[in-house]
Amino acid sequence: MKAYNIIVLAKQVPDTRNVGKDAMKADGTINRAVLPAIFNPEDLNALEQALRIKDKFPGSTVKILTMGPGRAADIIREGLFRGADGGILLTDRAFAGSDTLATSYALGQALKKMGNIDIIIAGRQAIDGDTAQVGPQVAEKLGMLQITYVEEVIELKDKKITVKRRLENGVETVRCPLPLVMTVNGTAPDCRARNAKRLMQYKHAKTVTELQKENEDYTHMYNDRPDLNIPEWTVNDIETDPSQLGLTGSPTKVKTVENVVLHAKDSKVISALDEEIETMMIELIESHTIG
Amino acid sequence: MNSVFVYCEIEDGHVAEVSQELLTKGRSLADELNCKLEAIAIGHQLDEIGKQIIPYGVDTLYIADDKRLSPYQTLPHTSIVVNLFKEEQPQIALMGASSVGRDLGPRVSSALHSGLTADCTSLVIGDHFDKKQDKNYENLLYQIRPAFGGNIIATIINPDCRPQMATVREGVMKKEIRDPKYKGKEVKLDVAKYVSDTDFVVEIIERHVEKSKLNIKGAPIVVAGGYGMGSKENFNLLYELADVLGGEVGASRAAVDAGYTAHERQIGQTGVTVRPKLYIACGISGQIQHRAGMEESAQIIAINTDPEAPINAIADYVINGDVAEVIPKMIKYYKKNTK
Ligand SMILES: Cc1cc2nc3c(=O)[nH]c(=O)nc-3n(C[C@H](O)[C@H](O)[C@H](O)COP(=O)(O)OP(=O)(O)OC[C@H]3O[C@@H](n4cnc5c(N)ncnc54)[C@H](O)[C@@H]3O)c2cc1C
Ligand SMILES: Cc1cc2nc3c(=O)[nH]c(=O)nc-3n(C[C@H](O)[C@H](O)[C@H](O)COP(=O)(O)OP(=O)(O)OC[C@H]3O[C@@H](n4cnc5c(N)ncnc54)[C@H](O)[C@@H]3O)c2cc1C
Repeated sequence: MKAYNIIVLAKQVPDTRNVGKDAMKADGTINRAVLPAIFNPEDLNALEQALRIKDKFPGSTVKILTMGPGRAADIIREGLFRGADGGILLTDRAFAGSDTLATSYALGQALKKMGNIDIIIAGRQAIDGDTAQVGPQVAEKLGMLQITYVEEVIELKDKKITVKRRLENGVETVRCPLPLVMTVNGTAPDCRARNAKRLMQYKHAKTVTELQKENEDYTHMYNDRPDLNIPEWTVNDIETDPSQLGLTGSPTKVKTVENVVLHAKDSKVISALDEEIETMMIELIESHTIG
Repeated sequence: MNSVFVYCEIEDGHVAEVSQELLTKGRSLADELNCKLEAIAIGHQLDEIGKQIIPYGVDTLYIADDKRLSPYQTLPHTSIVVNLFKEEQPQIALMGASSVGRDLGPRVSSALHSGLTADCTSLVIGDHFDKKQDKNYENLLYQIRPAFGGNIIATIINPDCRPQMATVREGVMKKEIRDPKYKGKEVKLDVAKYVSDTDFVVEIIERHVEKSKLNIKGAPIVVAGGYGMGSKENFNLLYELADVLGGEVGASRAAVDAGYTAHERQIGQTGVTVRPKLYIACGISGQIQHRAGMEESAQIIAINTDPEAPINAIADYVINGDVAEVIPKMIKYYKKNTK
């Protein structure tokens, strides 16, 4: 039986789903410090799809590629805890300010270097940029086919994959050749939990930068256990055309950003008492809003 | 002046609602820029499609008609759009932020190295002065979109690369026919020149697409329920109220996720956008992603047990109370006063 080389694209994102009152500073800007950095939710669905293929086809490997600041090494560790074989952190100031196109270019160049890939699995969308563009753009950069909104892998046989896609008003089952890029929907199965044994095994996995801050007594451990070293690639580790990177390589520019502030209306406040509700209904009927 | 271009999505011989809305927006942008509005329809059996598209004020409609082009597939549609854009060099290109548009748009933008802004809620023409380069850009497309889970609104521009591409969700723009007898020309493309055989590697084995029978967007009154409705059974109260008032039932994502009702009723950033005469929010807290889909309603009633619920800040009537008590009373007093 064939084994597959799978790469999962995963992004560390601020948890924008739980933006509470304290998430806004007095000056109306977002207080990123209070928003926890999390594994982008749909990227966990993507990881689960990868791990399921690995379960079915022993010998397959699942690696994570994430681009972000140093702390995004958490994404690789989280992946290791849940069953991934390893990962690469792509990190460099040269990538700062990337729009989706520059992001996809950098990811694409790293993927080319990783080489020999059968399946690339991304989440449909990241919850901070909210564009759902990176998956298809990575596919285009690599000249690969893309299958978006995957909910389930139905069959993987030789060099062909059959998947179910969730569209806005229906479902579609398609069969196509490998290699390809899939993007996975939030409606796909949730990711398995961390595995306790793997948690013990990999909690000390670190990047070089993180190791430099570490107590020297531990260095022997990293020499003995190469699997604890999280590779960290900078712009110098991949082949790039600087004009396609970061802010320079981004056709879109953010001109202005405005925080969404509630504008309070003059509302009529009433209770559930019969006469108050009746008065309201009469007002609505008289103003021809209803009736 | 280069054109404004709209990609028309076609399902079952019908132009998608979102594409009709974009044609309307595209026409008004083209008027402002004093340029042509062009469109493309890709699919099969499109002989009559011009009748649906040109009345929106389309000057040139390109048609790619081939059995293999329907239903939508990524690679052949991308090849046609990319090659046509290379020839026609539009300054602006618009697509729906739909399953199709969000699959196609990023692929096309990557191939052309032109920026793409996702999910715009507003598109406006404006100028931009770049301080670093000491350069002024005239008549750019301001692409205004929520990001960060809807907590911020960003204005994105695309100063140097063309086309300036944007996707827009269904229901965000308004559709309006320009002139039923509008004079536009149709250009049939020689499909073989635009696609290659290797574009057809995907086999579609099965496909179920349902046309939504619901018309929440067109409803004058929307009765929407949230997680605070408590159960699927309690949602029946909403159907009852919507029924007597002549409206439709909508829902928050939390209510949909809890299984109280179907996803097609979801209102908000990842659902439909509505602007009814009256929006009744029942047991909905009013998170930003929900408000994004309903805050332009002419009047809003909020029914909530929490006097501090964020929805109250945008409501015309705030009812501090339990939905199970308030909704039956609304039905009762509506009936009593309309007889
Ligand atoms: C306010 C604001 C608005 C923006 N609007 C736009 C816009 O309209 N158009 C545009 O081109 N850019 C835009 N950007 C830039 C965009 O957010 C970044 O380029 C971002 O890094 C990638 O886009 P995304 O978060 O939308 O990812 P998505 O395209 O939503 O991500 C899809 C999937 O791609 C993978 N992926 C994405 N990023 C990474 C990564 N760094 N490492 C590994 N995998 C990854 C993940 O699997 C993810 O689930 C905007 C940025 C801001 C701050
Ligand atoms: C990227 C993204 C996209 C999203 N898109 C959408 C979207 O399109 N649409 C959407 O709706 N959400 C969306 N959300 C989710 C959104 O953030 C909220 O989680 C959701 O809107 C909350 O739904 P709710 O108000 O029903 O539930 P809750 O926030 O749980 O509120 C329930 C409310 O009911 C009240 N209540 C409880 N019991 C009663 C009672 N008996 N009588 C009266 N009131 C009662 C409570 O006081 C509370 O205010 C999105 C989130 C993200 C991150």
